[in-house]
Amino acid sequence: MARTLITVPASARRGELIEIRCLIAHPMETGYRRGDDGLLLPRNLIRRFRCYVGDELVFEAELFAAVAANPLLSFWLRAEASGTLRFVWEGDQNFAQTEHAALNVTP
Amino acid sequence: MKAALLLALALLAPQDPQDPQEDARRSGFETMSPALQAMQRDDATNPAWLWVENGRALWRERGCVRCHGEAEQSMRGVAARYPAWDGRLQRPLTLAQRIQHEGPVLAADSEELLSLAAYVGLQSRGLPIAPPADVRLDPHRKRGRALFEKRVGQLNLSCAQCHDQRAGEKLGGALIPQAHPTGYPLYRLEWQSLGSLTRRLRNCTAGVRAEPFDDSALVDLELYLMERAAGMKIDTPAVRP
Repeated sequence: MARTLITVPASARRGELIEIRCLIAHPMETGYRRGDDGLLLPRNLIRRFRCYVGDELVFEAELFAAVAANPLLSFWLRAEASGTLRFVWEGDQNFAQTEHAALNVTP
Repeated sequence: MKAALLLALALLAPQDPQDPQEDARRSGFETMSPALQAMQRDDATNPAWLWVENGRALWRERGCVRCHGEAEQSMRGVAARYPAWDGRLQRPLTLAQRIQHEGPVLAADSEELLSLAAYVGLQSRGLPIAPPADVRLDPHRKRGRALFEKRVGQLNLSCAQCHDQRAGEKLGGALIPQAHPTGYPLYRLEWQSLGSLTRRLRNCTAGVRAEPFDDSALVDLELYLMERAAGMKIDTPAVRP
């Protein structure tokens, strides 16, 4: 399991714009580099990131070889209702990681 | 008119001679870009925090907690006074070397060791570097200084030529820092990972195409660098370009 750091405001007013930050430990190996043994290092990238509120997809990103290791994604959401935020990373070599965070919305 | 006259007088007045006590030392944090500074300041965007959290877990898994208790109390200020003399081995040890041999031995520069060093280092964040006044360390510091000033490698350069004499100037597109080890282990964007001071020093010897320093030389160099940075604030876990 990769380590993640997720920042969600402790609470938000209805209609407020909130910033979500997701940092994940991942090598993001491009597949173009060679190791000390001269052999190509197999490509190992996170390909897709998705964020859901409940079952609704609210943010999605496609990642490529030029993205740095340990990618940090930061985006804004409009807080509509309390619920659970679900973060899903998927990538090469069957990489899959899911994390959850609570979203508290006050009227 | 009166204001303009006062301004003119102020401009004509001799500048205060520079205060000799004023510290001209600048850490890598102070000379890097505001964007990177913001990245380091916010624990939620500082990628070194991934290792810190790892270290926090290892502190319990490896049983450090059984003897040392909570690191927030017991490890406060520890990173500020290493390298220190080890009575058992009769030689100075860096903080990483000290951690390395507690419990099952960890490989140098392994993820586990870097994580623990970052976690222990964090407990001294904001504290001034305080090298111990231990006479047994003096010959090592002296040797460290000699190494710092010795020309090495095919490029025939010493550490001091870049980091004392040309600090603030450019090497290629990059600013030459004053080389104060305030933030190790730190996340270097160039490495895309956390790295130790030892790794940084190996980088420099490779850069001037010199034979790498051996372990004892690296410890002595670190001793000198910490003495040179005495009083500057620890900012582990740092981010650097």
